[in-house]
Amino acid sequence: MPQTQTAVSGRKKRHIPEGTWTQCPGCKARLVTKALERNQRICPECDFHLYVSAGQRIEQVLDAGTFEEWDGNLLAGDPLKFTDSRAYVDRLEAERKKTGLSDAAITGTGMIRARRVAIGITDSQFIMGSMGSVVGERLTRLVEKATEQNLPLIIVSGSGGGARMHEGIFSLMQMAKVSAALARYDQQGGLFISVLTNPTMGGVAASFASLGDVVFAEPKALIGFAGPRTIKATIRIELPEGFQTSEFLLEHGFIDRIVTREKLKAEIARTIDYCGK
Amino acid sequence: MDDYLEFEQPLADLDQKINQLQQQSDDSAESAEQIRELQRQLTELTRETYGSLTPWQTVQVARHKNRPHTIDYLSLVFDEFVELHGDKLFGDDRAIRVGFASLDRTKVMVLGHQKGRTFNDRTENYFGCAHPEGYRKAMAKMRMAAKYNLPVICLIDTPGAYPGIGAEERGQAQVIAENMYEMSRLETPIICIVIGEGGSGGALGIGVGDRVAVLEHAYYSVISPEGCAGILWKGAQHAEKAATALKFTSDHLLKMGIVDDVIPEPLGGAHRDHHKMAATMRSYLGKQLKDLKQQEMSTLLEGRYEKFRRIGEFVESEAVS
Ligand SMILES: [Zn+2]
Repeated sequence: MPQTQTAVSGRKKRHIPEGTWTQCPGCKARLVTKALERNQRICPECDFHLYVSAGQRIEQVLDAGTFEEWDGNLLAGDPLKFTDSRAYVDRLEAERKKTGLSDAAITGTGMIRARRVAIGITDSQFIMGSMGSVVGERLTRLVEKATEQNLPLIIVSGSGGGARMHEGIFSLMQMAKVSAALARYDQQGGLFISVLTNPTMGGVAASFASLGDVVFAEPKALIGFAGPRTIKATIRIELPEGFQTSEFLLEHGFIDRIVTREKLKAEIARTIDYCGK
Repeated sequence: MDDYLEFEQPLADLDQKINQLQQQSDDSAESAEQIRELQRQLTELTRETYGSLTPWQTVQVARHKNRPHTIDYLSLVFDEFVELHGDKLFGDDRAIRVGFASLDRTKVMVLGHQKGRTFNDRTENYFGCAHPEGYRKAMAKMRMAAKYNLPVICLIDTPGAYPGIGAEERGQAQVIAENMYEMSRLETPIICIVIGEGGSGGALGIGVGDRVAVLEHAYYSVISPEGCAGILWKGAQHAEKAATALKFTSDHLLKMGIVDDVIPEPLGGAHRDHHKMAATMRSYLGKQLKDLKQQEMSTLLEGRYEKFRRIGEFVESEAVS
């Protein structure tokens, strides 16, 4: 489930704004960071949608000052006492410092053009945006609250890591847990809008991210189940141009719309209105 | 003799010694006694070895070429199996087999990953790595099972869902997600048993049920030990380390509350005695089916939801976030 991060981790370093210039992972153009930020981190040369943090996403999607976080007090345990090159507890600490987040997902409520929603965002910079127990629990509670309060549900996914290896089988089971909560939400007539961003892979793609009533994707995002490196190692042929991109998924019938970042808020609001939520 | 694994060399040596003695035996009471003594030693050594398999050794046993696969259980556990092919959309994935079956007059829908034993079988079955059409076929038959009040039995044995171009084009992520979603609310009892390899999403795609059990020497993991080693230890040769770190063996799974039951295997592993393994599984299934069929549907579904709902290890601090 967790993906070997070839293409994605190659991009990872360049995702972090490094001073004056930022290189576009899509076309390799050197962009002025300040101008890029003003353009919602969309490359003016090739339209590649660069990484935005969960916090920035909240600012872009929700009405200013309306976000209220839920379950921010959940912190990862270390059920396996896992250590690879470093102990998982130390890795968590380092990731918290790096990102300013407590784990890879933020959940809560807020307004989108005056419509109250339940919203979750996974941040691809926190251990590859992977899902362990905290991400699974926060999202499940989010879905359950959306069910109780009859709110439209938005989850913006960015995860190259899928299910988080460091919590082993607990991470895998979060896929079933969140999916089961979504099934109940669905049964009650809830509207779930899933937004896929670069990258959405593995156990995140193979659970909540694919279960939207409406699925949007940002342009040129890497989206799929198996990582490109795993596939290449298995079938031993070159992967086709554009394989596992948003455009590839649209062509094969798995997403409803490709939505650019500047239109995302309006598109979500419109969908909520069409569904009468 | 060639079915001994590398770590079983002492067992293989002893076995060979017994064979030699049996061939040279002069039928004297003395040599008969010697053979009995060695057989006793072999049993004892097997018990010791299998009583303390390392996680990596468990993986070897779970992948053993003679280990009973889904089709072996279909013929040994059930009185009849009537295969149902195809997802009525794309094809008939041979990596998943599904059909009607009966077990002591109880009619069920049974399905499972099928790895295959011969080279041709394994190739045809993609080594038990299912494509989207396999998961769709499984779900379609499960829906039918619910319609006709047939309990569902899922046998899990896969290294993982197939990683390939066609699999991605046909929505591998989508089908696994949808199967978990649908199985979580399917209105019929579901029993899932990991019989060999429980390989991540490919396993979970037929793994949501009212009972989840694992055979004693099977494993159930978020990622293969080789895959994990490749990412976190920078090389598949460290798979043994990853296997230990992932804590995916049956004893851990039970202790951590991931599975409800561990089904014991015959001495020396399921591959040593298919019939005995099948008999144990048959009695397990009989008991669970009887129990689950007595439950009200709402109780059953609530229990299934709660079973997965409570999984997760985290700290909930008092501090206001
Ligand atoms: Zn660009």
